[in-house]
Amino acid sequence: MAKYVGASIKRKEDPRFIQGKGGYVANLQLPNMAYVAVKRSPYGHARIKSINTKKAAKLPGVIAVFTGQDLIDGGVGKLPCGWNVPNIKVPARWPLTPDKVRHVGDGVACVAAESPSIAADALDLIEVDYEPLPAVVDARKAAEPGAPLVHDDVPSNVSYTWGIGDKDACDKAFAEADRVVELELVNQRLIPTAIEPRAAVAQWNAATEEMTLWTTSQNPHPIRLLLSAFTLGIPENKLRVISPDVGGGFGSKIFHYPEEIIVPWVARKINRPAKWVATRTEASTTDSQGRDHVTKCKMALKKDGTITGLHVQTWSNQGAYISTFAPLIPTALYLTLLSGLYKMKGIWGEMWGTLTNTVPVDAYRGAGRPEAAYLIERLVDLAALDLGMDPIDLRRKNFIPKEEFPYQTPVAFAYDSGDYHKLFDKAVEMANYKAMRKAQAEARKQGKLVGIGVAGCIEASGPAPSRVAGALGSAVGFWESAVIRAHPSGKVSLLTGSHSHGQGHETTFAQVVADELGVSLDDVEVVHGDSARVPFGMGTYGSRSAAVGGSAIVHSARKIRAKVLKIAAHQLEAAEEDLVYDQDNGKVYVKGAPNKSKAFGELAFAAYTAHNLPDGMEPGLEEQAFYDPANFTFPNSAHICQVEVDRETGEVTIQRYVAVDDVGKVINPLVVDGQIVGGVAQGVGQALWEHGLYDENGQLLSATLMEYAVPHADKLPMIETARVETPSPHNPLGVKGAGEMGTIAATVAVANAVMDALAPFGVRHIDMPLTPEKIWRAMQK
Amino acid sequence: MKVTITVNGAEHADEVEPRTLLVHYVRETLGLTGTNVGCDTSQCGACTVLMDGQAVKSCTVLAAQADGSEITTIEGLAKNGTLHPVQQGFWEKHGLQCGFCTPGMILTAVDLLQRNPNPTEAEIRHGLEGNICRCTGYQNIVKAVQYAAENMKGGA
Repeated sequence: MAKYVGASIKRKEDPRFIQGKGGYVANLQLPNMAYVAVKRSPYGHARIKSINTKKAAKLPGVIAVFTGQDLIDGGVGKLPCGWNVPNIKVPARWPLTPDKVRHVGDGVACVAAESPSIAADALDLIEVDYEPLPAVVDARKAAEPGAPLVHDDVPSNVSYTWGIGDKDACDKAFAEADRVVELELVNQRLIPTAIEPRAAVAQWNAATEEMTLWTTSQNPHPIRLLLSAFTLGIPENKLRVISPDVGGGFGSKIFHYPEEIIVPWVARKINRPAKWVATRTEASTTDSQGRDHVTKCKMALKKDGTITGLHVQTWSNQGAYISTFAPLIPTALYLTLLSGLYKMKGIWGEMWGTLTNTVPVDAYRGAGRPEAAYLIERLVDLAALDLGMDPIDLRRKNFIPKEEFPYQTPVAFAYDSGDYHKLFDKAVEMANYKAMRKAQAEARKQGKLVGIGVAGCIEASGPAPSRVAGALGSAVGFWESAVIRAHPSGKVSLLTGSHSHGQGHETTFAQVVADELGVSLDDVEVVHGDSARVPFGMGTYGSRSAAVGGSAIVHSARKIRAKVLKIAAHQLEAAEEDLVYDQDNGKVYVKGAPNKSKAFGELAFAAYTAHNLPDGMEPGLEEQAFYDPANFTFPNSAHICQVEVDRETGEVTIQRYVAVDDVGKVINPLVVDGQIVGGVAQGVGQALWEHGLYDENGQLLSATLMEYAVPHADKLPMIETARVETPSPHNPLGVKGAGEMGTIAATVAVANAVMDALAPFGVRHIDMPLTPEKIWRAMQK
Repeated sequence: MKVTITVNGAEHADEVEPRTLLVHYVRETLGLTGTNVGCDTSQCGACTVLMDGQAVKSCTVLAAQADGSEITTIEGLAKNGTLHPVQQGFWEKHGLQCGFCTPGMILTAVDLLQRNPNPTEAEIRHGLEGNICRCTGYQNIVKAVQYAAENMKGGA
């Protein structure tokens, strides 16, 4: 039986982090290192008339200065798009732009110097003559006639359009509806804000012509592939990409970034190790950002509360360039989620991906799914209000019943498993929802603005069946790899293609291996993030590590067990079918004769001595598996939040937060709760405070942590968590994704709670973030 | 200019540029990279160290200002291989995920518990308000500090 899987085991990786021994890229110091800094645009949109680097080059301590054209002349390629929806126009994106800057932070030149401070000084000496151009920052306005063109070769700034659903069924639902609720909303721009700013270090070995790049990436192998095939041109077998300890990602460290090209290019050019570390302001103006939708949506209902249709039109802001996976987010991770937890046939969704003079937008925690959940759950709440129904009752009336799984939605996905009534039973019980509503009524009588928000959300996690991804436009597959290497001493290394940047893989993956093989947790070492040590892997995003990476681990462990059994059968002179592999302790014994046994360590040793193996068996004990998932997994959630709005100031206080999630089977409850709670905090951040706000010229007004308001410790309550488990039927661990559910549900749970608090004022909707000022103004009307 | 600074019990005398920040001195001159840099406006607190026993954001202190003082960084907190109760608390309560804010968070908590050995949850949250964690939602950090407070009772 499972000894480790399912147990709250404290993390194996923590001792190094709590003692200041984390191996982040910025900590790397190599002999004779040069420091790279990037000259960036202060304009949202401007033509580069000239760049004068002479003064900078003359500054003592400056090694070299390069412009965008220098890099192009030196052989760099354009950054490619990894998800090509039909008829997409992907405009040119160079590591440093040679002709025109298209967002504040767009790089135009770079410096290599003897120290970081000299490099920074030299940036000030680079003279760029700009001709400022009119800018466009709004996703919908970008597509209007007369809008400034971000790229001359993308008419109307529309890079692509996409739609899904049954339009006829949708039209019919609205034609026959008793009630239609409509909403125009903005799902605001977010800045991911991993606390570790991005960084890159490169070392060129001129003798062997090998490049090593350390980069803050969630997926080093895909980065190596893109560098090799598109941007840097060093072949994969001469290019090692290492992504060591990474200080948070939340999606923003998935993508291929210009500095991953610039730094190794410079290192080779000057033949010295080179290092670049982003400042926070650089992070805010260059890390791909999140969300930024303008949406018109409406929901059709019968008067008994049955939802019959949903119609969605979204303008999705792509920023100034198409980031690596940008087109995936508002298409196959957004419109395909429009069914929510509900059984409804008449769904139609369409979107326009538009270019603007803002930082590129790509996946940020949740990535499309929170945007879908937000509009669905806002509309459901408005419908409940209009129909005079309790919002939970209305949801329950429309849930996909548990008997109908696997459930085919009208928007492509087939949900794997779930029991949404049970999920809500648990949340209602934990929150004591009835008493909560009663107390709210009392509070209202006393003039207090208490609100209760409910969110029932679905997520598609664990991307993805490679064949499906390919059909939808992916340039890559979405399988995962694992190698289990049992050493002669019986110690075990797991080499995984997943990447941990806080998720705790070194512990949770070790739990899986230890249970599969029956070895001690302490004897399992997890290796990840180094293209020279682990086989090609796809990395970590979309809450895929356990479902896809974990499944690869189980498959490779089963191969190990199969080989071990064969060796044991040979040595114990028994038939394989008469043997038992005891996964509690790794012993293989003869059925009915437990003394006739071999320990895992003995059998591993035997595999390497090869003195006494079955005829024809290869020596060694190392097995690899590539796992391509059969489907996404579909975690789901019931969150209930209670807030109070200060009548005088408009400030929101979260009084209670109950999060019940179905993430399937759980490997480590401590880690899963940590993911859920951390996710909820980010959702609360979007609902109440965070806004990547641009002015009409494309100036980012929230580029530092003084203006960009991430949650602080004193603004959050204790989140009460619980789980309902419906195992995913299609992966061997029965797991679903846990990394993003909290964020997906919390954003709309909090927003719904605030709107509920403001119901006495007749307020139907306020766009996030729900700042005191916006709320105060709404209360004055 | 010359500064003499005692870091984790060892005295260092070094030539620094007047503009050198304490965090850069610690990270680059001394190679103590446990102190992280997460922002450029003294918001995030990742660079927090103890200066003469008090938590300071080392990106907001010049090395010159630290001349003659005693600095404790995260590397100097465990004594003789024994984790400080706050470090232990972070481990026990899963008070960290990516670990980047953790050194600053731990040192801020050490300072907090020195000033207030029995803090309420609200006092802990208020005390940590100057340190940003993007991973944990702070919940397990609060529990880690509570664990440490409990285990430091009796002068541990």
